[in-house]
Amino acid sequence: MMMESPASAPVENSLLASPDSAIQRTKTPYVTGTSVIGLKYKDGILMVADMGGSYGSTIRYKSVQRIEKVGKHSLIGASGEISDFQEILRYLDDLVLNDNMWDDGNSLGPKDIHNYLVRVMYNRRNKFNPLWNNLILGGVKNGQKYLGTVNMIGVHYEDNHVATGFGNHLARPILRDEWREDLSFEEGVKILEKCMRVLLYRDRSAVNKLQIAKITEDDVQIYPPYALKTVWNLAAFQNPSASAPGSW
Amino acid sequence: MTIQQASFSPYDNNGGTCVAVAGADYCVIAADTRMSTGYNVLTRDYSKIRQLADKSVLASSGFQADVRALQKVLEARHLTYQHQHNKQMSCPAMAQLLSNTLYYKRFFPYYAFNVLAGLDQEGKGCVFTYDAVGSYERTGYSAQGSGSTLIMPFLDNQLKSPSPLLLPAQDAVTPLSESEAVDLVKTCFASATERDIYTGDKLEILVLNAQGIRREYMELRKD
Amino acid sequence: MDGPPKGGFSFDLCRRNEMLVKKGLKGPSFLKTGTTIVGLVFKDGVILGADTRATEGPIVADKNCEKIHYIAPNIYCCGAGTAADTEAVTDMVSSQLTLHRYHTRRESRVVTALTLLKSHLFSYQGYVSAALVLGGVDVTGPHLHTIYPHGSTDTLPFATMGSGSLAAMAVFESKYREGLTEEEGVKLVAEAIRSGIFNDLGSGSNVDICVLTKSGKKYLRNYEMPNPRTYVSEKGYSFTKKTEVLMTKITPLREKVEVIEGGDAMEE
Repeated sequence: MMMESPASAPVENSLLASPDSAIQRTKTPYVTGTSVIGLKYKDGILMVADMGGSYGSTIRYKSVQRIEKVGKHSLIGASGEISDFQEILRYLDDLVLNDNMWDDGNSLGPKDIHNYLVRVMYNRRNKFNPLWNNLILGGVKNGQKYLGTVNMIGVHYEDNHVATGFGNHLARPILRDEWREDLSFEEGVKILEKCMRVLLYRDRSAVNKLQIAKITEDDVQIYPPYALKTVWNLAAFQNPSASAPGSW
Repeated sequence: MTIQQASFSPYDNNGGTCVAVAGADYCVIAADTRMSTGYNVLTRDYSKIRQLADKSVLASSGFQADVRALQKVLEARHLTYQHQHNKQMSCPAMAQLLSNTLYYKRFFPYYAFNVLAGLDQEGKGCVFTYDAVGSYERTGYSAQGSGSTLIMPFLDNQLKSPSPLLLPAQDAVTPLSESEAVDLVKTCFASATERDIYTGDKLEILVLNAQGIRREYMELRKD
Repeated sequence: MDGPPKGGFSFDLCRRNEMLVKKGLKGPSFLKTGTTIVGLVFKDGVILGADTRATEGPIVADKNCEKIHYIAPNIYCCGAGTAADTEAVTDMVSSQLTLHRYHTRRESRVVTALTLLKSHLFSYQGYVSAALVLGGVDVTGPHLHTIYPHGSTDTLPFATMGSGSLAAMAVFESKYREGLTEEEGVKLVAEAIRSGIFNDLGSGSNVDICVLTKSGKKYLRNYEMPNPRTYVSEKGYSFTKKTEVLMTKITPLREKVEVIEGGDAMEE
C-alpha cells in the first residue's frame, strides 16, 4: 500500500480545488427536463413525462424523450440535465449488454437497475461531480411490481407513486388522494393526465406534449406523444380588473 | 438579486427521530417512518431501523443516502466478520465498528445520527449513542434526530440515569419493565410528532429480549 | 446640509441590520406561519380557508392559531408569512376602514382594503413579510385578491398562498369550476386546505373556513379537525417534585426599612 503525503495529495476531489482546475463537472445544468411521474397500477407501472427541454428559462427543445426502456423488465424516466440522462442510458446499455453476455437465462430486474443507479448517483456525488438528474425507475419482474426513485445526491426510496421536481409539490398531493392498489390502466392514465394538466398550468417549464409509458409482466410500451385539453376561458380571466375597479 | 442558478450541495436533511431504551433483560429501539426534504414529505413509509446482527440493531436519521451507505458498509463488514470468526458480532463490538466507520470519514462525514442498541454478552440491554463523526458513549437510553431535543429532556426526567462519575460505577440500565418502556417510547413519539414537523406518519418499534426480536407499529399524525 | 429635507423612506436600519448579519450577528427568529391559505369565488360570494399551524423553524409554536383575520364585517383576510406582520397589517387596515365607515356611513369596499394593504406593503419594500389572501363581498359584488409582501396584487377566481400553496393549488386546478354552490365551495376549500395540511410540513392541524356572502359572514372555526393525537398512555406520567425545600425563614421588610407614608405617587 502507498501513503500519499498531504503535499502531493491530488486536489481533484478536494473542496479546496481551484475554480480553474482542468476537470469538467456539472456544476450547473444546461438543458433540463422538468417533472416525471410514475405510479403502480393493477397490472404494472405507468409513467409520464412531457417532452420539453429547457435552456435556463427558455424552452429550447420540444421533442426530448425522457422515458426509456431498460433491459427486459424496466422503464427509466428522468428530469434534470438531458445530457447526463443520455450518459446514464449509455451506462445502462453497457450494464444490460454485459449481463446478457453471461447467457445464463438471468436478466436484470427493476430492483437491480435501481440499486445500480443509486450507487452510481451516490458515487458521483461523493466525487463532487454529480449526474444532474432525478430518476424514476419502474418495472415488473416475476409478478413483482417495482417503483423507485433516486436523486442527484443519492437519496432514494420506493413508493406506490413517485414524482420528481415540481411533481413532488403539485402531483403527489393528487396521487396521495386518488391512488389505489387496483387502479385499471384507464384510471391510471386519467390520474396521470390530471397531474400533468396541473403541472402544465403551474410549472412554467412544462409543455403540452407528453408521453405515457406502460410496463407489465410481458409488455413494454412507450406511447406516441399527444397534447392535453386545457381550459383558459374562465369568465374571471377575461377582464380581471372589471370585478375590482380601481385596483390598479 | 436572488441567485437564479441551481447549485450543488452534497448534503440534505431527510429528518426523522430515533429513540432507544435499555432494560435489565431487554432493549427497545424505535424510529418514525417519515422521510422528508425541506417542507416536502418524500414518503410516509421508510424504515430507519436496520438489524445488523442477531443482537444489535441500528436506527439512524439524517441524510438518507449517507445512512444507506453506512448501513451497507456495516453489513459488509459484519459479513466478513462472520466468515472470519464463525459467529455474530456482539453489540459492543458493533458499537466500536460503527465509531471507526464514522471517524474514517472525519473530513467528509456521513451526515447520520445514530443510536445502536441491543443486548450485550450478558444479555443485558445496551444503548450506544453517536455524533456524526464517531464520538460515542454507552448509555441506558438515548434520542437522536430532529425530535431529539424534545424527547431527551423527557427521558432524562423519567429515567434519570446515574451519573457516570459515581463510584463504584452504577448500572445505566433503566428500571422500567419491558411494557412500560414500550409505553414510554410511544408517548415520546406521539408528543414529538405534535411539535416537530419532521417527525410523524408511523412509528416502528423493535423489542429485543431473550426470546428474540419483536416488531410493532403505531400510527402517528400525518400532518 | 441645507435645503429642505428630502422625501422618501429611510432604510438605514435595514442596511445596518444586513451589515450586522454579514458580520455574524444572529437576529431573533420570528414566528412564521409556514402556511396553507386559500380562497375562491363561488356563486353567491367568497370562501376563505386556512390551516392552523404556526411554526418557528422546525418546531410547531402554535397548534391551533387563527390565520383568517377580520378586516371589516364584510371583508376577511388570510395571512401567511411572519405572524406579527400579518396581524399588524390587517389590524391597521381594519382600524382605518372602521374610521372610514364612521366618516362615510357606507359599507367598506374590498378594493379599499386592497389599496391600503398594498400601498403599506409596497412602501416597506417587502420587509413587512405578509402574504395575504383578501376576500369580501361589497356593493360591487364578491372579490378575491392575493397580495404579495412587495405589494403586488392579483384578482383571481381562486387563490392559494403560503408554503402549502402548491399542494392546495393542485386541488383547485383540477377541481375548480365557475358557479359552485356554497356547499360545493366549502367542500373544495376544505379539501385544498387538507391537501396543504397533509402534504406540506409547514402546514398542519385543523381547517378554518370563512364564508362571505351578501347576507353576511359565517366564520367556521375548526371546521375540520383531522389530526388528533394518536397515543395517550393509560397510566399517565408523574414528574418528580421541584428542588427540595431545606429551610424557610420569613423576614418582614417593614422592620428593616423606613417607610414614608404619603410620598409622591408613583408614575403610571
